[in-house]
Amino acid sequence: MNKQSYDLVVIGGGPAGLAAAQEAYDQGIRDILIIERDFELGGILQQCIHNGFGLHHFGEELTGPEYAQRFMESVADRGIEIKLNTMVLEVTPEKMVYAINSTEGMLEIDAQAVILAMGCRERTREAIGIPGSRPAGVFSAGTAQRYINMEGYLPGKKAVIVGSGDIGLIMARRMHLEGAEVEAVLEIMPFSGGLTRNIIQCLDDFDIPLRLSQTVTKIHGKERVEGVTVSKVDQNLRPIPGTEYFIECDTLLLSVGLIPENELSTELGVELDAKTNGPTVNEGRETNIEGVYACGNVLHVHDLVDYVTEESKLAGKTAAYFLQDKIAKREERIEVRAGDDVSYVVPQRITDKVDNRKRVDLYLRGKRPLENARVIIKDGEQELFSKKERVIKPAEMITLPLPEKMIDDLKSNQIEIEIVEEGA
Amino acid sequence: MKKETEVLIIGGGVVGTAIARELAKYKLDVTLVEKEADVCTGTSKANTALLHAGFNADFNTLKGKLNVRGNELYHQLEKELDVPIEWIGALVVAKKEAELAKLEELLENGQQNGVPDLEILKREELFKLEPNLSPDAIAALYAPTAGIVNPFELTVAFAENAVENGVEVLLEAEVLDIKEQGNYKLVRTAQGDIEAELVINAAGLYSDKIANMVGIDDFEITPRKGEYYLYDKKLDLDVNHTIFPVPTEVSKGIVITPTDEVNLLIGPNAEEVEDKSDLANTREGLDEVMSGAQKTIPDLGMSGVIKQFSGLRAAIKETEDFLIEASEKVEGFINVAGIQSPGLASAPAIAEMVAGIVEKEYDELELDPDFNPEHQGIPRFRHLSHQERAKLLEGNEDYGEIICRCESITKGEIIDAIRGPIGARTVNAVKRRVRPGAGRCQGGFCEPKVVEILAEELGIEPTEVKLEGQGSQLLVEPAKESLQKEVSDSE
Repeated sequence: MNKQSYDLVVIGGGPAGLAAAQEAYDQGIRDILIIERDFELGGILQQCIHNGFGLHHFGEELTGPEYAQRFMESVADRGIEIKLNTMVLEVTPEKMVYAINSTEGMLEIDAQAVILAMGCRERTREAIGIPGSRPAGVFSAGTAQRYINMEGYLPGKKAVIVGSGDIGLIMARRMHLEGAEVEAVLEIMPFSGGLTRNIIQCLDDFDIPLRLSQTVTKIHGKERVEGVTVSKVDQNLRPIPGTEYFIECDTLLLSVGLIPENELSTELGVELDAKTNGPTVNEGRETNIEGVYACGNVLHVHDLVDYVTEESKLAGKTAAYFLQDKIAKREERIEVRAGDDVSYVVPQRITDKVDNRKRVDLYLRGKRPLENARVIIKDGEQELFSKKERVIKPAEMITLPLPEKMIDDLKSNQIEIEIVEEGA
Repeated sequence: MKKETEVLIIGGGVVGTAIARELAKYKLDVTLVEKEADVCTGTSKANTALLHAGFNADFNTLKGKLNVRGNELYHQLEKELDVPIEWIGALVVAKKEAELAKLEELLENGQQNGVPDLEILKREELFKLEPNLSPDAIAALYAPTAGIVNPFELTVAFAENAVENGVEVLLEAEVLDIKEQGNYKLVRTAQGDIEAELVINAAGLYSDKIANMVGIDDFEITPRKGEYYLYDKKLDLDVNHTIFPVPTEVSKGIVITPTDEVNLLIGPNAEEVEDKSDLANTREGLDEVMSGAQKTIPDLGMSGVIKQFSGLRAAIKETEDFLIEASEKVEGFINVAGIQSPGLASAPAIAEMVAGIVEKEYDELELDPDFNPEHQGIPRFRHLSHQERAKLLEGNEDYGEIICRCESITKGEIIDAIRGPIGARTVNAVKRRVRPGAGRCQGGFCEPKVVEILAEELGIEPTEVKLEGQGSQLLVEPAKESLQKEVSDSE
């Protein structure tokens, strides 16, 4: 066994891991290792060859690989150590990281701090239980994206897409541009799960129909997909008998949600939030295990990589402060809770006192689309302040800055965020 | 070109391959033909993966006789074939006073079949073994000799050990016709004609069709579908044994069992279907499985499900028993049909019985002193300690490259599967042998890599790589190919 040690080990070399490592370096940490399982850094951005990345962070529109490249270069400039083609197999609560690659063999890496940045995976056909046969031609949208953009092969010529999350929308356009016919994008909810700009730029601009409150209820075909049965669904998302119709196709792409990849985290004893499927963290993105941090899509699924960068820098900074012994804990921790019509809030708690901090940003998502709503922040039962939101969409994250002074002046130990419809 | 063999086995399921391996012990020229591109693609690939203890089948039946013997034989086979078996034991759980009599009945039947160590457990003992059972469970029949096995690894191991001992296995060799010619049969297959002295019909769902080819029409196989849900191995719900409800007149009930890879498996229901290749899941069937399982363990639900699948039982409805005999009507033709549950558990005993029939046909069989019962399986990186992993990697660096992140499957294992005596040729064949894509992401991340390794190892284009059967290619063409064609056409 090959034994090594680092102050900080970052697991995952995607946008989250890169930004976290970069920030930790800039805060003065030098002994950093990034472990990446793929053959290159950049994570899923490398297969996202469309543009639209970086508007918030860089103030310009970049493609996925371009966005990744900027961070890869800044990590290289800083001389941060990287292991590619290396898979982490286990992290122990003592922060011993077991990893493997074919050149160094089994690695036992003693870390002082660990940042979890493993990203997420796609929910599958199996997880949502679509009945029917099991032919070739059923792909998750991200896998199809990899086949086309990375491997250079078209997975089908006539596609139906289930789920209008951003990857589904992007892949509808991608398949269309590659010469495949996209028959329809089906969304089981009465609203799309994707960004508005993606609906316009990926579907409307190419006359690809988006059919709401519909889903595939059967897959046909023995060896290769031959078609799908589609049904309308009722308010409880159950198929309505008699509404079935058939679409002939050779490919079914699924964009039905992303799940943070927390298998390593749970074995390590990291506590998860049932709603985000990611770790519960404090405002510095520290998990329940001291010195173990989480950021990016392993923590909660973000809609923009720019937010991943922002959050990951925060995690990198906190890890650096931890290593430099610069963190003081509050006397009592403050719980942050999701109230009415809020599906989740990250962080789930505020526990640290940090010098010169001006504010803590809360990230939250609404449960359902609303117009003219109000986001209310409560100190226990008491309303602290509220903020008007003209439109709330579950697909679009809301950032709520909480001034440091307000946190210090809290009367209770609990902040609750709720959303109410105006006039209701 | 015509091929000659003494014994021809039709069907590469667990039964056909177990027979092949059993006959390999003798000085016999044996050939096995399978219509698909891999062994273990029919009933053997989709079932509950149980090595039943043997208390269920009536002691007057072949099932009753062969199950217990098969179960015993597996203790030696697991070592010889390097196929791990977990002897976790089974429970039949009663929830009503009225069901207690049935437990006693099963106990008695099991004892007549020769099942060892059966006992009835009271509520308290039962909940110590299975704390997550429905609170209304009152007692159970406990059969400690029941086990679970990976049917893919098992079938491949039978087949590969047979090959290692001289049996020839022909894949994609569907039998098209059989003619009797003097004292041998001329079997026309998709891989050419084969002259065989003795034909063993182990064609599973299609064994009636094969029998029809020689004029035997006294049995019919009814495909009976069973559907399943499979859970993530990280499911936060402990189940330690194979758990059956008490069977009723109308239903055997839904089984809940860990698999050899500690995924939880629930199913199957039973529905007769027309089409022998109808493996489609249905909403009704899946709902029946879930609600049935919830009666025994209420905490089960859709959360943690990573796969649904279905299998087809090859049932002879008239008898609901195995049919294993040399045909009285056609000389040199042995039927091994109607092998439904407990077929997996019985397979080695079926093979033993068939060898006995073959011996009678030839008057006497001579043992082959060169027979090597040992088969070396592919290393299972996922089950090794970190120290063992470090050691494995020393010999071959491909064991240091993880391809399937969910199941921790290395490139080395995938290459071993492709280069094996019966090498994997398809994505599903690789998955059956070494599990990439069998985990929670269902191949979302590793499938493109498996396609690439298959293409490289087989010397074919990625667009030629198949998921399973003919026509199941995953990729249709290089990106931009048809666009370029459009451009050149318009010029």
